[in-house]
Amino acid sequence: MEVNITINGSEHASDVEPRTLLVDHIRRTVGLTGTHVGCDTTSCGACTVLMDGTPVKACTVLAAQADGSEVTTVEGLKGADGLHPIQSAFTDDHGLQCGFCTPGMMLVGASLIAENPDPSDDEVRWAISGNLCRCTGYINIVKAIQTAAARVAESSNGS
Amino acid sequence: MVAPTTPAEIGGIGHSLQRKEDARLIEGQGNFLDDIDLPNTLHMAILRSPLAHARINGIDSEAAMALDGVLAVVTGDLMDQHGLAWMPTLSGDTQAVLATDKVRYQGQEVAAVIATDPYIATDALELIEVDYEELPPITTPQQSLEEGAALIRDEKEGQTDNLAYTWETGDQGATEEAFAKADRVVTLETHYPRSHPAPLETCGIVADINSVTGQATIYMTSQAPHAHRTLFAMVAGLPEQNIRIVSPDIGGGFGNKVPIYPGYVVATAASLLIGQPVKWVESRTENLISTGFARDYYMKGELAVTDEGRILGLRVNMLSDQGAFYSDAQPTQFRAGLFHVVTGSYDFPAAHIDCKGAFTNKAPGGVAYRCSFRITEASYLIERLVQNAAYEVGIDPAEMRLRNFIQPEQFPYETATGFVYDSGDYPTALRTAMDEVGYEDLRREQAEARAEGRLIGIGIAHFTEAVGAGPSRTYDIAGLKMIDSAELRVHPTGKAILKLGVKTQGQGHETTFAQIVAEVLGIPANDIKVEHGDTNHTPYGLGTYASRSTPVGGAATAVVARKLADKSKKIAAHLLEAADEDIELASGVFSVAGSPDRSVTIQDVALAAYTNLPEGMEYGLEDVTYYDPPNLTYPYGSYIVVVEVDPDTGVWQVQRMVALDDCGVRINPMIVEGQICGGLTEGFAMSAMQWITFDEDGNCIGANFMDYLVPTAWETPRFELLATEVPSPHHPIGAKGVGESATVGSPAAFVNAVIDAVAHLGVRNIDMPVLPDRVWAAIEEAS
Amino acid sequence: MFPSRFDLVVAQTVAEAVEAKVDAGEGGRFLAGGQSLIPMMKMRVAFPETLIDINRIGGLDAIERANGHLRVGALVRHADVVASDATFGAVASAAPWVADPLVRNRGTMCGSVAHCDPEGDWNSVLFATGADVIAQGPGGERSISIADFVDGAFTSTLGEEELVVGLRIPVPSGRSGGAYLKLERKIGDYATVAVASHLELDDSGAISAAGLALTSVNPINTKVGDAEALMVGQQPSEELFAEAAELAAAAAEPRDDVRGTAAWKRQVVRTYTKRGLAAAAQQAEGS
Repeated sequence: MEVNITINGSEHASDVEPRTLLVDHIRRTVGLTGTHVGCDTTSCGACTVLMDGTPVKACTVLAAQADGSEVTTVEGLKGADGLHPIQSAFTDDHGLQCGFCTPGMMLVGASLIAENPDPSDDEVRWAISGNLCRCTGYINIVKAIQTAAARVAESSNGS
Repeated sequence: MVAPTTPAEIGGIGHSLQRKEDARLIEGQGNFLDDIDLPNTLHMAILRSPLAHARINGIDSEAAMALDGVLAVVTGDLMDQHGLAWMPTLSGDTQAVLATDKVRYQGQEVAAVIATDPYIATDALELIEVDYEELPPITTPQQSLEEGAALIRDEKEGQTDNLAYTWETGDQGATEEAFAKADRVVTLETHYPRSHPAPLETCGIVADINSVTGQATIYMTSQAPHAHRTLFAMVAGLPEQNIRIVSPDIGGGFGNKVPIYPGYVVATAASLLIGQPVKWVESRTENLISTGFARDYYMKGELAVTDEGRILGLRVNMLSDQGAFYSDAQPTQFRAGLFHVVTGSYDFPAAHIDCKGAFTNKAPGGVAYRCSFRITEASYLIERLVQNAAYEVGIDPAEMRLRNFIQPEQFPYETATGFVYDSGDYPTALRTAMDEVGYEDLRREQAEARAEGRLIGIGIAHFTEAVGAGPSRTYDIAGLKMIDSAELRVHPTGKAILKLGVKTQGQGHETTFAQIVAEVLGIPANDIKVEHGDTNHTPYGLGTYASRSTPVGGAATAVVARKLADKSKKIAAHLLEAADEDIELASGVFSVAGSPDRSVTIQDVALAAYTNLPEGMEYGLEDVTYYDPPNLTYPYGSYIVVVEVDPDTGVWQVQRMVALDDCGVRINPMIVEGQICGGLTEGFAMSAMQWITFDEDGNCIGANFMDYLVPTAWETPRFELLATEVPSPHHPIGAKGVGESATVGSPAAFVNAVIDAVAHLGVRNIDMPVLPDRVWAAIEEAS
Repeated sequence: MFPSRFDLVVAQTVAEAVEAKVDAGEGGRFLAGGQSLIPMMKMRVAFPETLIDINRIGGLDAIERANGHLRVGALVRHADVVASDATFGAVASAAPWVADPLVRNRGTMCGSVAHCDPEGDWNSVLFATGADVIAQGPGGERSISIADFVDGAFTSTLGEEELVVGLRIPVPSGRSGGAYLKLERKIGDYATVAVASHLELDDSGAISAAGLALTSVNPINTKVGDAEALMVGQQPSEELFAEAAELAAAAAEPRDDVRGTAAWKRQVVRTYTKRGLAAAAQQAEGS
C-alpha cells in the first residue's frame, strides 16, 4: 500500500506491505540507519523516533500507521544552526558509550526539554524509563539532558 | 590524582578529553552491523529447537523451499556434507553448528533459511517441519551428575557421563592443616545465577564471499576480529590471506561478542555456496536463549578463621552449569577461568579450589560477561564469606577486612593460588570509602532504625581483579597467545594514525589510545586517528575482553610511541645539531638540555623523517609493537552500599552507593568514571533482577526483555565515585584496566547490604537475584 | 522478528470499522495503540488475517467528565490519561504506572481494557470504581459493566463484531479517594501484584462506597466484593483495613513463579491493600 511519510522534513512516498514496521521502513526503505533495533518486545527504545512530535517505539508502529505523519529521527535533530543542544550535551557530558541507545535517548530528551525546561533528576529518569542503556548507568544521560535543558533555557532567555 | 603533564591542547594522559567517536554516533552516522547494506544481500533466519532435549527424526523443508523469495534451507545434513556440522569451542569441546542428531537445548540451531528479505526468511521458518522425539531434559548440574542421568553428549567419543571437566588448584594439605588450626569454620553455599551480557545491539554477521576470487569479507559483531580470522581459517579451512574480518561500530559487547556462534558459520557457508552476501542479525530472543550466557556457578566456600578474626585458609567446591557444550571463552590452562583469584584481597597462607562442570540441556556459553574469566564469581564468593565470617566472629565486617588485608608493604604478593599481585593499598581504599559514606554514623543509624522496626543494611565489598591477560608463558586461547599490538605511523605533517589489535565496543579507544600517544610524543590527541576492527588494516591481537585493552593494547601503544620518540630524538638532534643524548622531549617539543631556546617540534621532526634525515637512518616515522605483558594487572576497589528493606514485602531500595576504584593511572578520568557507572549498573542488575532461569522442561525464562530484566534509569541507583591511584609497577603507563571492575565488585556489595539488614535475625544467605520474595521468606524463616 | 502477512483496513468511522470487522470475521482484529498486539504478531503468537486500524476515526480521543462520569474514548492514550485533569483517585494513581512512557504515548486505555490481560492494570481500576465499557456493533451501542465484560484471561464478552468505543467511569460526587499500588520488577513490567482501592465517605466520615480489586493474582482481575461490603458503613481505621486486607489476601490465588512465591504474593496483596486503603482514606478525608 502507498504511504507518504514526512521524515526529517522530506516527504517519502513508498509502496509498502501492510506488515512493514515503521523502523524497517525508515532503515531499509528510506535508508536512515541511525534508528536502531534492540529488542522485539517494545522494551528497549533503541528504535525511538518522534511521530508528530511524540516519542514512540518505531518497532511497534506499522509504517502504514505513520502515513501522513511527520517523523523525526536522529538524523533530523541537527538544524541549520548546527547540532541540537541535546547532541552537544551528550558529547560534553559523556552521555554515550557504544552509541546504540543514543539516538532514542536523545530524541526522548529533546521531547522532554521541549515541554519541561528545567527537569529534575527524577523527571529525566522517569522520562527515559522506556529506553534501555547497557553502558552508561544512565547518570551521564540524565546529566546531558539537564545540560541541554539549561542551554536551551539560557539561549531563549538571552534572545 | 596525578595532574596531567601535557597541556589541554595536546590532551595526553589525565585529560578528560571529549570522545572522538561521539561525532558520528550523535548524528546517527555510526556504522553498526545491521547498517551494512551490500548489493544483492540475502537474509538468513534460523529455525531453533522449541524443546530442550529431543532426537531429530527428520526435517521437511519442502514447503519452505517453495515459498517465493526463499533461496535455500540449510540443515545439519547439508553442513555435514561440507564437514561443518560441528565446530570446536574455545574450551576444547565441540559444538553443533546445525543439529544433526539431537537438539540439546531450547533455542539450539536446527536449520537456516536464506531468502531475499528478512520478513520472508521468517515466514519460511514456520513452514519447516521437524520431527522431534522428546527426551528427558536435564536442567540442573546436580541432576546431570546423578547416577543414571540421561547422557546429553552421547555423540562424544569416550563420554560416559555428563561431566564436562574437573579442575583443582591450591594446596590441599596445607589447607587441611589451616582448617585443623581454626577456631571456627564459616561456610557459605550460594548460586551465582545464569546471566547474559545482553548488549543493546545483538550479534550479527554479513558474510560476503566472492566465489571467483575466494575473497571472504566478513563483517561481524566481533570483540576479537583477528582471533576470529585465524579461527575461521583453522575451522573453515579458508586461506587466511583471503579472510578479512571487519568489526564495525559495536553496540556493546560485554563478552557476548567474543565467541564464534553457529549462525556465523552457517551464514558464511551460505554465502560461499550461493555466491551472494548473506546477512544474519539475531533477534533479541535468539540473543538471550542461544548466545553466550555467563556465570551459573554453584559455590560452596569455607573459611577457616580464628576467634580474633584472622583468616587461616579457604576451601572452595564449585560446580558449574555449562549447558550442552563446554564453550567458555577462557585461557587454555584454566578450566574455570581465573576463578582461583577467589582468595581476594586477603593475606592467608592456604587455599584449595576444587571445580567441576556438568553438561545440562541449556544453551552453552560461559562467556566472561564484563569479567576477566570467572573473576566475578570468585570476588562475589570471598566477599560474601568474609562478611559472614565477621558476623560469626562478632566483629564489624569492615574491621574483619582490615584485619586480613594484604598490606601495602607486602606487594608483590603471591596468593595461595599463585597470582602475584603487583601493587595496592587496600586499607587506604576501604578507609577512604568508609569516611565518605560516614560508616560509623551509619552503623548508629542502623541500630536506631532497628529499634523502630526498620531494616537498614550496610554492605561492603573490597574486590581485587586480575585482568589484562596475559603473559604468553601462561595465557593462550585455543593456542593463540594473548599478546596484543599497536602500529603507529606519523605522517609528514605531524598527524598520526594508530592501528590497534584490540577493538572498542563503546569503551572509547579512539580517544584514550590517542591520548597515550599524545602523552609520549606530544602530538595533539585530536590529530591522531585510531583504527581498529579491520583485520586487513590493523596488526594482529587477541581483542577486547577481560579488561585487556589498556593493560595489553595500551601498553603496546605506549611502547610503540616510545620507539618513535627515540627515533624522533635522533632526528631532532640532527636538526638541532646536538648530541642524541642531550635531546629532551616534553609535550611535543624537543630541546637541547641546558639550552631550552634551541628546540624543534614533533611536527618538524615528522617532516624531517621523510625529508631530512641523519646519515644512514631509514626514512619514515612508523613502527609496530607486539606486547607480551610480564604479569596481569590487579585493579581493586572498595564499594559500600546502604539499603533499606521493607519488612512487610521484602522490597529493598538502595539509599547510597559509594564506589572507590583504583585502576592505577587514569588515561581519561571522564571515560573511566563512565565505565565505572556502567559496570555498577550491571552489578546492581545481577544482584536485583537480571537472570536467566529455566522451568523443569528446560524452557528458558528470560527469553526477551520483558522477562530478562535490564534496569531502566528509574531503578538504577545513584552512584558516588571515589578514586585512589596506585600505578601498576610493570605497565608502561601504570594503568590497570577498569571496564569490568565495577561489575565484578559490586554484586557482593549490594547483596551484603541486604543480608546486613537482616543479619541480626540470623540470615546469612539469599541467592541472587535478591528478589523481594526471597528477602521476605528469609525474614519469615528467621523470625 | 516480523509479523506475518495481513490485510489492513484503515477505518474512518466507527461504522466503517464495525463493517470491516463483520467482513473479516474471526480473522479480523482492531488495531488501536498496538502496543500489545504488534509485539504478539512479531513473536508470531497472534496471526490476524485482517487488521482494522481505528486510529483515524474522529471523535474517539476525548477524556472528559460528563453527566457524573469520566468518559474515555477508544483513542485516548495512556499518556492522555496521565496528563488529564479530569481523572480522579485510582484512575489518576494507576495511569503513570502503566507500561513505560513511550508505550503510554501509543497504547490506549480502551485497548488495554479490551485485551483483558489479568496482569493489566486498568481492569482492576475499573472494578474498583465500578465502570462500564461501551461497545458498538452492527446493532448499535451498548454498555457493559466491567464485571460482565471480563470473561477470563484474555477473553471478554465483547461480541465478535463489536468495537470498544469508550469507557464510562462514575465520578464520586462527595468526598472520595483512591490509589493504585503496583509492585513491578522494573518500569515497563506487568504487575507482580497490584491493588486498586477506591473509597467514598459520607458526611459523618463513614465509608459510603468502597472498591477493591487485585491485579495479577488470579486468572482475571479480581474484585474483592466481601471486603468492599465489609467496609461500607464503617469508619476508616487501621483495623478495618487490616480486616479488608485479610479478605483480599484470601481472594488472591496467585501461583509460584519466577516473580515470587504464592505465599509472598499474598503477603504483598495484604500489605498493599492496607496501604492502598489508607492512602485512599487519607485522600478522601482531605478532599
